[in-house]
Amino acid sequence: MDWLNFAFFLEKAPSGGMTYLGWLASGVLWTLIVSICAWVIAFSLGAVLGVMRTTPIKWLSVPATIYVDIFRNIPLLVQMFLWYFVMPELIPTAMGDWLKQTYPYLLTLPFAQFSLWEFTAAVICLGLYTASRVAEQVRSGIQSLPRGQTNAGLAMGFTLPQVYRHVLLPMAFRLIIPPMTSEFLTIFKNSSTALVIGVLELTAQARQINEYTFQTFPTFIVATAVYIVITMTVIFCMRLLEKRVAVPGYVSQGGH
Amino acid sequence: MLELDWNIVIKNLPLLWKGMVLSLKLFAIALVGGIFFGTLLAMARLSSWWILRKPSQWLVDAIRAIPFIMAIFWFYFLTPKIVGAFTGEQGEAIGPFWSAVIAFILVESAYFSEIIRAGIQSIPRGQPWAAYALGMNYWQAMGNVVLPQAFRNMLPIMLTQAIILFQDTSLVYVVGLKDFLGAASTAGQISGRVVELYLFVALVYLVICFSLSRVVKRLQERMDVGRT
Amino acid sequence: MVMIDIKGVSKWYGEKQVLVDCTTTVAKGEVVVVCGPSGSGKSTLIKTVNGLEPFQKGEIIVDGLSVGGKDTDLAKLRSRVGMVFQNFELFPHMSVTKNLCIAQEKVLGRTADEAHDKGLKLLDRVGLIEHKDKYPAQLSGGQQQRVAIARALSMDPIAMLFDEPTSALDPEMINEVLDVMVELAHEGMTMMCVTHEMGFARKVADRVIFMEKGGTILEDCSKDEFFNTPRKPRTQDFLSKILAH
Repeated sequence: MDWLNFAFFLEKAPSGGMTYLGWLASGVLWTLIVSICAWVIAFSLGAVLGVMRTTPIKWLSVPATIYVDIFRNIPLLVQMFLWYFVMPELIPTAMGDWLKQTYPYLLTLPFAQFSLWEFTAAVICLGLYTASRVAEQVRSGIQSLPRGQTNAGLAMGFTLPQVYRHVLLPMAFRLIIPPMTSEFLTIFKNSSTALVIGVLELTAQARQINEYTFQTFPTFIVATAVYIVITMTVIFCMRLLEKRVAVPGYVSQGGH
Repeated sequence: MLELDWNIVIKNLPLLWKGMVLSLKLFAIALVGGIFFGTLLAMARLSSWWILRKPSQWLVDAIRAIPFIMAIFWFYFLTPKIVGAFTGEQGEAIGPFWSAVIAFILVESAYFSEIIRAGIQSIPRGQPWAAYALGMNYWQAMGNVVLPQAFRNMLPIMLTQAIILFQDTSLVYVVGLKDFLGAASTAGQISGRVVELYLFVALVYLVICFSLSRVVKRLQERMDVGRT
Repeated sequence: MVMIDIKGVSKWYGEKQVLVDCTTTVAKGEVVVVCGPSGSGKSTLIKTVNGLEPFQKGEIIVDGLSVGGKDTDLAKLRSRVGMVFQNFELFPHMSVTKNLCIAQEKVLGRTADEAHDKGLKLLDRVGLIEHKDKYPAQLSGGQQQRVAIARALSMDPIAMLFDEPTSALDPEMINEVLDVMVELAHEGMTMMCVTHEMGFARKVADRVIFMEKGGTILEDCSKDEFFNTPRKPRTQDFLSKILAH
């Protein structure tokens, strides 16, 4: 069956001084780098926004709510275009030109056939988009804690920030490990949208290899398998983490 | 800083509208197909037969593990080959729209099946028991007793998923289809200005999805009140 | 004539055995009360009679049909045996009338008019005709359970199974349900009832089955024998506890 021939992966690819397998590997590498960088933004910003939304203080909760509403209700692909094409045009011309002309060459990315600006735009876009989803998870994690917890903390003489620091957040973060896992996997999958602005991550490399070799089946089977294996690995690691930080005897009341 | 010129949007409104129609068409087909096959998948996953339960679980897990764009590519590049293998003709086969439709139905089935499965499991076991005790068969019990309640419980989550689906239809841009975003991109290439067009697209999506999400929230609150 | 014949039924959940070699019968027109402590498998036993709980060993014959039989049309068998559940299990998304009609139409193939007439007649009989357009959640527990009994009766059952029909009810509602059941018993309905209501057992039961923890039938005798001269010390102990108040 020639449509299940994997040997071509070892042939030399037309660019980058690599084999097709090398293309694929650099795709995996950049998928992971983009995902992890975006995740750092998403998690830190999302945690802050999520906490802001649960506070009784209006000037904290309202901006956070607006942020979530905006970033959740525009398709990710459109946001990708907004950061990459539109944003440089809306800032002062000098800055925009610097972003488009000087910034991309400040640093040459290893194994990459794309520039620093494309990478940065993708990371910012994915990070800020996912932050809105993380914020929602953090919010519902905090709100799922019994109301009495806040009161008990205040009754002990804690200030509101102290209640968050010592009572709510430690518990909420344990509760949201499973949703955070799925949010990381969401970023990991969504990183493929970066291909529209030229970031050659795994899906883009698969498409590129297919265009050069017409080996559709083997190319996409391998790329798909890589996604599935990485997903399973992340799920497995997070289950271990979940066990390590579990509070003995505490079962969260899921469902109704 | 660029001076914004909204005339470019107005000039291209007919093209954009055509794109929106394509987006809505894809959305509607994927929604109906996704819920239909998602229901079947959910029932298979809850089956007592290993042969139905396990493969359906593998399918759902695999689809949920890969990027949506990957699924779109699978069908975009593969359907011509598969159809070609049967008819001997390469090339057009069923075209990018229908290959995208298949990809969307498959992916949405996987996502909806998870929602519907949770919905079915939220129904107390006594309900299907009572239906069986009255002599109903599996399909009667599901159709008359379990699924109507499951869908009712799951309505807000299903609508939220529908909003996500509507946003995801923009992904067909990657196979060159002229959906709402694709139309804007084409108009931008022709006129050499994309800024206003992309801002307009973002605004339209924002208004539609935000209003719908408010409706869902209202519905959710009403249901929460009804439950207590 | 034997209506329900349970012969050597055993059931396991994985490793754990929940029914041990249970054997008993219910004759036509007979009222049999099944009692025993929680965990004795009485609810499981009654659910095996119409095949809601599968069992691994033994045989159950209902009106000549084997429940576990390969060729048995289980849905048809169930449509002829009414069942009333501990938690009523009315369908919450249907009105009371719809609850009464749905199975008549879908299972027995009755026309909407026939089903409606029959349903309302039975609703009248349990004294709830004025609630015909309400939804289950708008009724009290006792009213819901009476509707559930009417729903089971609407199928013209040859026998009725009751699975702790009053144990989810507030005390003041128990009697309205028991009254309906007593009336049914007096009319000659074949009944198998899992219940702790010993007053009901004294009044209408022909036989009492006492089950013990682990799923065995410890005592299976006439009502008089059960209440006056129980043979097993465990039965005496149970009776003294349950009748103490």
